[in-house]
Amino acid sequence: MQILNVILIIFLIACALAVERTKDLIGAVIIFASYSLVMAIIWLLLRAPDIAMTEAAIGAGVTTILFIGVISRTRRMEK
Amino acid sequence: MNDLIVKTVTKLIMPFIQLYGIYVILHGHLSPGGAFAGGAIMGASYILYTLAFGIHEGHKKAPHEITSKIESGGILFFIGLGLVGIVSGGFFLENLSAGFPPGVVGTLLSGGLIPLATFAIGMKVASTIVTLFHRTIEEEMYD
Repeated sequence: MQILNVILIIFLIACALAVERTKDLIGAVIIFASYSLVMAIIWLLLRAPDIAMTEAAIGAGVTTILFIGVISRTRRMEK
Repeated sequence: MNDLIVKTVTKLIMPFIQLYGIYVILHGHLSPGGAFAGGAIMGASYILYTLAFGIHEGHKKAPHEITSKIESGGILFFIGLGLVGIVSGGFFLENLSAGFPPGVVGTLLSGGLIPLATFAIGMKVASTIVTLFHRTIEEEMYD
């Protein structure tokens, strides 16, 4: 179980760094959605299932769609 | 965007998503989840409908006039529930000592005002998410 936790945390840190480094904003949003999904699993392992449900619905679902809606109004590539 | 598979699957799956959202909202005082999680699931079902059928159909399904009324009505109902405590001589949002029935522990109708407050906040969160999404992408309607 501890091995799984370590793997998830390392994936989380890698996702956070990749979001900051990516120049393509659509790609950054997709990486951020996977970050939210892993974060939901970690909330579940920390015995907070209500936060996990909220994170899966808001973080991986609604926030991603709102970000993509805003990117479609502006430009896709970061300068 | 005109995809038969996406539209059919959306029509099939949308009632189940909404039923799950209502279940999470109504069991907010018994099981994990609550008003915010359930309201987000309800709002996500309308976002899915808008993504599959376009902004015109989505706006017909959840018109802005009705969602804004639900949003304001939810929070006004919540404030009214809180004022019941003050009227009966206690504090804001006072629960059992303000006269709300305690019910049987573990059943759906228990906990005094908690189910009512959870329902009000759930409706507000769902309509807020729908309104936010429609407002963000609605410029395409007038092109």
